[in-house]
Amino acid sequence: MANATSTHTHTGTSQPQLNYLTENTSLKDWLTTIDHKRLGLMYLAAVMAFFFVGGALALLLRLELLTPKQDFMDSATYNKVFTLHGAIMVFLFIIPSVPAALGNFVLPLMLGAKDVAFPRLNLASFYVYCLGAIMALAAIIGGGVDTGWTFYTPYSTTTDGPVGLMAMAVFVLGFSSIFTGINFVATVHKLRAPGMGWFQLPLFVWGIYATALIQVLATPVLGITAVLMVMERAFHIGIFDARLGGDPVLFQHFFWFYSHPAVYIMILPGMAIISEIIPVFSKKTVFGYRAIGFSSVSIAFIGFLVWGHHMFTSGQSDLASAIFAFLTYLVAIPSGIKIWNWLATMYQGSIEMRTPMLYAMSFLLLFAIGGLTGLYLGAISVDIHLHDTYFVVAHFHYVMMGGTVIAFLGGIHYWWPKMFGKMYNEKLADIACWIIFIGFNVTFLNQFMMGSQGMPRRYWTYLDEFQRYHIGSTIGSWILGFGLVMAAGVLLSSLRKKEYDAGDNPWGSRTMEWETISPPITHNFEGQPVLRHGPYDFRVEPTPATVAGGRH
Amino acid sequence: MNFLERLFLPPQASTHAKVVDDVFIFVTWVNIIFFVIVAAAAIFFVIKYKRRGPNDRTPHVTHNLTLELVWSIIPLFIVMIIFFWGFQTYMVARIAPNDSFEVQATAKKWLWAFEYPDGTRSINELHVPFGRPVRVVLSSEDVLHAFFLKDFRVKSDVLPNRYTEVWFEATKPGEYVLQCAEYCGKDHSRMLGKVFVDNKADYDRFIAEGPADWKTMPPAELGKMTYEQAGCVSCHSLDGSKGQGPSWKGIYGSTHQFVDGTSQVVDENYIRQSIENPQGKIVKGYEGIMPTYQGLLREKQINGVIAYIKSLK
Repeated sequence: MANATSTHTHTGTSQPQLNYLTENTSLKDWLTTIDHKRLGLMYLAAVMAFFFVGGALALLLRLELLTPKQDFMDSATYNKVFTLHGAIMVFLFIIPSVPAALGNFVLPLMLGAKDVAFPRLNLASFYVYCLGAIMALAAIIGGGVDTGWTFYTPYSTTTDGPVGLMAMAVFVLGFSSIFTGINFVATVHKLRAPGMGWFQLPLFVWGIYATALIQVLATPVLGITAVLMVMERAFHIGIFDARLGGDPVLFQHFFWFYSHPAVYIMILPGMAIISEIIPVFSKKTVFGYRAIGFSSVSIAFIGFLVWGHHMFTSGQSDLASAIFAFLTYLVAIPSGIKIWNWLATMYQGSIEMRTPMLYAMSFLLLFAIGGLTGLYLGAISVDIHLHDTYFVVAHFHYVMMGGTVIAFLGGIHYWWPKMFGKMYNEKLADIACWIIFIGFNVTFLNQFMMGSQGMPRRYWTYLDEFQRYHIGSTIGSWILGFGLVMAAGVLLSSLRKKEYDAGDNPWGSRTMEWETISPPITHNFEGQPVLRHGPYDFRVEPTPATVAGGRH
Repeated sequence: MNFLERLFLPPQASTHAKVVDDVFIFVTWVNIIFFVIVAAAAIFFVIKYKRRGPNDRTPHVTHNLTLELVWSIIPLFIVMIIFFWGFQTYMVARIAPNDSFEVQATAKKWLWAFEYPDGTRSINELHVPFGRPVRVVLSSEDVLHAFFLKDFRVKSDVLPNRYTEVWFEATKPGEYVLQCAEYCGKDHSRMLGKVFVDNKADYDRFIAEGPADWKTMPPAELGKMTYEQAGCVSCHSLDGSKGQGPSWKGIYGSTHQFVDGTSQVVDENYIRQSIENPQGKIVKGYEGIMPTYQGLLREKQINGVIAYIKSLK
């Protein structure tokens, strides 16, 4: 196994080789970079900053909910805080998290490419994201928004506050997402290394590709919906307002036509990361490669046709509800197939529980709970009882946080040595992973219980009988928050190391991003790498990292 | 109710609750079985196939069509059972029996108003006779709300442009909580009501006199309850702070200035006028947004509110 260190040298010189972090380090170089790796890191820093803000807001919400009376925020403030928590987490954190941060960094490397297909568009996407973020912050400073992240009309068209600005922020952020999607679709089609056919793509690429398709096809609908809502507020055009002949439920159809596929924008990349981690740490080829790849694409496709399952209580027709419920159960099957495939990959493997694998196992259990509890919500009569209760809150947190965020953390721990060339303290990282797992379950298992007992969501105060669950959930949130801060601390403290000690391929992976040095050089590879073996072919030794003058 | 039902679900108080809970419990068992399979396999594999050394060799198994078909088709079969069962039980809940007792419910920020077949009206408390199916026709005066009776397992969004409905038949007389389940703003979480499933005698008495305990209640206490239940609390504070309407603290005997330039001392007659015709006189610095309570409050309640305001020094 190649165990190269920081002292990669050009043949005949003794200068340390520059990498993408050490070459051209002025602020201007960073701000105008078109290097996908740097943009990936910039996205990573940005989305993590918003994850921190959104998480801090969640801790405040949980603290207020410790007792049914007012503890430190009044109901109007509470409503703004939960709106911000949701909007920040969805639009500024989860949607860009895996694709824009990890995808940007890893995807071209996995394909053996020097960059994405449209590097300038990539830079533009980042600045559009920043613009959207600034608009969202301006809306917060300008008084905050209390519509919930879902912006349901007619509440959103009649309430006070800078709702229009917030909606336009979402509109702008959508463009950032579309740009990223277009870029990745083109990159996967055009920039694969010689010899890399569609079925030699790493499964991460399949996942990101399916995600990119949804981003391109669904996000425009969100943009149009946001604009219509703003027009409604500003000019009373009467699309959604019943008094002007509009239909408030129409807004929900528009909104979920994007936002349900957006659930898959959020979860498919998480699944994609897990599909990388499990074979690598089982040292066994992935079971059912095509099934996993095609299940991503079929989830992306069916995911467009299930939006009405958010609206079983909205008064939509019974026939529509039936069709949406039926399709919802169909989409459960490919998700289930992935779980079986991951387990089958581990069967007879050679399993090493390093930190990324620990996160992958955490994902497997949490996502299983998230997915299985969806079976309740697809049964229409049961959903009628559970809709808009904490049961739904717990369900989507198990999918979004227990699924996507845990996978994202696993992915960060997996690719961290490639990104920075430095290894974190794995023992402490494992402990953080356990704390996150425990804290997460304490927080959200309590929410399942109170939700099915009948505790509605978005409640600032509640019936006394629910308090014991709220106390449990709040305590869990502190454990969870502590675990996340600890994980961040462990990762960041590794950056203080002077040496690049991680090695080029510390996990013994077979995908192409490990065939360059850590951290990679600006142009990723010396020369054009050629596909030598499949992405999960553990019968062969990993191809060693290229250094200058090495193989071409 | 068995152990799982008690753990996860509120009391079963309607004929429909048991029907829904059966589906819920079936899904719970499906989930338990699948979760145990996944978790046990993951943990077992991690232990059993722990890496022994760098020279471990693993079999190169790419796929197995039979296995993949089995683990796709069996879950498909199970979810189809859940789908049909969930849909069939949903349709039962959609169609109210023909002989249902009908009540009209109107939601607005942040209270529930009910109108009974004889024209009686009540706020935030719904009285229905025991032993009959009840159909509640819902509409909203402003934003979306949702009518949620957890013990009955019924819920429906309440829309401003269309009627929606729920129906239920309670299995025992008693008092049940009504919660708003669709986010509607500041006092969403306080938009609660009570459903009283009354024996015939109790229901008739309610129609005749209002709730039984009013008779023995001192007027100021009845006024305080009315203040909390009829929605006054949303806009009128008791501590002198300005809400959407004037605070009630110490206003009795003071003089109100109106937007039309006139003024009046706050006395019994003025309070009564303000309840029955709030648009008649609008206090300076406020908007005329209060709805009329004419016909919504019984005589005793209006007197109670007057007595309550008098008591707020």
